[in-house]
Amino acid sequence: MDLNLTAEEEAFRNRVRDWLAHNRPLALHQRGVVDGKTWVQRAKDWQRRLYEAGYLALSWPKEYGGQALDPMRQAIVSEELMRANVPGVIGSNAISMLGPTLITWGTEEHKRRYLPKILTGEEIWCQGYSEPGAGSDLASLRTRAELAGDEFVVNGQKVWTSGAHIADWMFALVRTNPDAPKHKGISYLLIDMKSPGITVRPLVQMNGEADFCEVFFDNVRVPRANLVGELNEGWKVANTTMVHERNWLGASPKRLFDKIVERASQQRRGGVALTQHPLYRQRLADIQIDVEAMRLHALRLLSNAIHKRPGGVENMVAKLVGTELNHRMALTAMDMLGDYAAMARGEPSAYDRGVWSATWMGSIARMFGGGTSEIQKNVIAERGLGMPRSR
Amino acid sequence: MDFGLTQEQEQLKSGARDFLSHECPTSVVRKVMAEESGLAPELYQKIAELGWTGMIVPEEFGGLGLGMLDLAILLEECGYAAMPGPFAFSSGIAVSALRLGGSPEQCRRWLPELASGKLTGTVAIVEEADSLDPADINLSAARDNNGFVLNGVKMFVPYAHAADFIVVAARSTPGPEGLDFFVVEGGATGLSARILRNVDQTRRVCEVKFDAVKVPEHARLAKSAGLLDRLIDAGAVVMAADCLGGAERALEMAVEYSKVREQFGRPIGSFQALQHLAAELIAAIEPARSLLWYAAYGQDAALEDASRAASMAKARLSAVYSRTADQSVLMHGGIGFTWEHDIHLWFKRARFDEPFFGDPVYHRDRVATLSGY
Ligand SMILES: Cc1cc2nc3c(=O)[nH]c(=O)nc-3n(C[C@H](O)[C@H](O)[C@H](O)COP(=O)(O)OP(=O)(O)OC[C@H]3O[C@@H](n4cnc5c(N)ncnc54)[C@H](O)[C@@H]3O)c2cc1C
Ligand SMILES: Cc1cc2nc3c(=O)[nH]c(=O)nc-3n(C[C@H](O)[C@H](O)[C@H](O)COP(=O)(O)OP(=O)(O)OC[C@H]3O[C@@H](n4cnc5c(N)ncnc54)[C@H](O)[C@@H]3O)c2cc1C
Repeated sequence: MDLNLTAEEEAFRNRVRDWLAHNRPLALHQRGVVDGKTWVQRAKDWQRRLYEAGYLALSWPKEYGGQALDPMRQAIVSEELMRANVPGVIGSNAISMLGPTLITWGTEEHKRRYLPKILTGEEIWCQGYSEPGAGSDLASLRTRAELAGDEFVVNGQKVWTSGAHIADWMFALVRTNPDAPKHKGISYLLIDMKSPGITVRPLVQMNGEADFCEVFFDNVRVPRANLVGELNEGWKVANTTMVHERNWLGASPKRLFDKIVERASQQRRGGVALTQHPLYRQRLADIQIDVEAMRLHALRLLSNAIHKRPGGVENMVAKLVGTELNHRMALTAMDMLGDYAAMARGEPSAYDRGVWSATWMGSIARMFGGGTSEIQKNVIAERGLGMPRSR
Repeated sequence: MDFGLTQEQEQLKSGARDFLSHECPTSVVRKVMAEESGLAPELYQKIAELGWTGMIVPEEFGGLGLGMLDLAILLEECGYAAMPGPFAFSSGIAVSALRLGGSPEQCRRWLPELASGKLTGTVAIVEEADSLDPADINLSAARDNNGFVLNGVKMFVPYAHAADFIVVAARSTPGPEGLDFFVVEGGATGLSARILRNVDQTRRVCEVKFDAVKVPEHARLAKSAGLLDRLIDAGAVVMAADCLGGAERALEMAVEYSKVREQFGRPIGSFQALQHLAAELIAAIEPARSLLWYAAYGQDAALEDASRAASMAKARLSAVYSRTADQSVLMHGGIGFTWEHDIHLWFKRARFDEPFFGDPVYHRDRVATLSGY
């Protein structure tokens, strides 16, 4: 057990912190305040600044825009980004999911063509997995891709595709062999969103935003060269992506907790702050313990990665616990706020401009991506604990 | 940075698991349970030979001079085995009391023989109110010419009936500053211990009466100020480690049973209701293990937030243990309700562990206070 950073790591951390203090973007937070196009441009600019400063994808190989640094450096940067409360990166899905997949499975051509622009934010990607008939049971997907010479011809529909309306590219799972068992007939394709035959229809979400979309494919032609991995081996390829997605979504929730305690200490009933209310005090401390447990747990998983220890079932629980904790925090905040909790974003009388109801709805969304909590539990029980298969 | 165990610690852990699976199977646990004293002297002798009893005793006093994290690793295995006897209370908590509160002479007087396993000690804090709040500690220590006279009653004192000494929290003056700790020898005149009838028969706890017990001046621990809090930290980590091992074992038993028990023509472990339950339990256990490591390390490295970390570990792990043991019994169906099946050993031990050295409500409140809200 050794929680100290080396002198170089400490210096690196200070450099990151210092850089962030001088370069934090101002207007980016107020999404919805500026029009969509302007927001996207500013978000891309912010990503580019981060990249040029050397603070994105530090562990990627140098030839594709990374720095081949150890995961510790990446963790330091992530922690500092969180602490500085700067906006997330618009291309984060591609950085955390597609990039590692291409590094593992892509051809040299793929890596040189796509990885650098993922990092600079010049090309924005969306994830085309879910379909109307294929959610948790993703392998039952039906969007069809038929080989015709050097091209695939794609027909079908994706749904819940976040950011499809602003994306330049999609990484997609498509069915290339309808006669094989369902996991064996899927391929992993990179699809140019400007291709003729693609229609994107944004869906309005429960929070009023239009982030995810339906995407329709009508005889869309995709070069065979855009296939990642072997034909019909897309399930295996995609599984690398999902592993990375799980790591990404379990991020530390400490900042949200601090905001909730601050809120609770300002919130008074009968002259007493809610932090002193016996029930809320207990709930807050209970959450704080989980927040700290997840912070430490992340350190443990990071250490396993750095020191190349395989680890066991502990690697499987972070997404489940992290997203459930996030949700529980949001619910606690909602409960504390009473009638004010039901005020919408922007309502002047609401606490913190109604951000809490948005946090609450956001906490729900985080529980879907990368497999719902129920699916996580299936995996933990069967693969982690070795319980007999339920089907 | 490495948030994890060293190779030596991994070996300590697997060695302890091996050792206890041979020397402390549930047949042994049950034998000790049935005996009045509950001491398991042969087992205690063997663990002393392995150096366990001197794990956190400094080398200058004849111990191994290792840290709380090393001890926690052992205690986790003791929890896993439901090991009976005074080990955790003597080699964990009583040693801590001396290590943290004793003068060099006091340490020299007791620690070498604790380390060698020749003697055992225990610590007596709570009274009838069952509270760690200093205001609820009222056993009186009145000055007399050669030292002090102790009067009062302590509750839930582990293995006091057999301890060679008891470190007792007593009030020399009213008010929060007036707490002192005294080392009282087992055979002292006026001292009597009654074993309480306890659901968790892997442990013995006593009501201890101090009826005008005279102690010399040098029996007062030199560094009493702030010792209560430091002892709560140590006790919290000791108990949390037992909780972790116990929770692991209970869940493991339930999961193994679910693989072999068939109903409706299939193993019950294939029913999602049980799968999700087991997944939730392990998803609570694993992050809590990280809390324990940090809390134990926090005491070794004297981290600023060591007290808070200890409270976090105890609050979470004791609740996790109770819930896991409870649900693990349920996963066994009717067989889990029998005396013959072993699962009830952990089910009951969890109930001792949960409140001992502060229940989750106490420790959550302490977390809030130490965090400044
Ligand atoms: C905000 C948001 C953004 C998203 N962005 C994207 C994106 O960019 N790209 C993309 O491809 N997808 C995206 N998704 C889709 C997401 O991955 C799916 O919603 C998710 O996989 C669940 O699928 P489903 O919605 O069809 O629910 P279903 O699979 O129909 O599930 C409904 C309920 O049944 C439960 N359930 C299903 N199967 C089982 C089982 N075997 N055992 C127990 N319970 C089960 C589920 O847990 C859930 O509670 C997004 C979703 C949301 C909410
Ligand atoms: C104190 C006591 C008194 C009793 N008295 C009597 C009596 O007088 N007469 C009598 O006939 N019986 C009696 N019983 C037996 C009792 O009815 C059974 O214990 C009960 O029906 C459960 O069966 P089981 O013990 O075989 O457990 P199992 O059926 O083996 O169940 C083990 C676990 O698997 C779970 N499980 C089983 N099937 C499923 C499923 N399909 N989906 C999800 N989970 C499942 C159970 O919920 C349980 O958690 C008594 C039991 C006890 C504990």
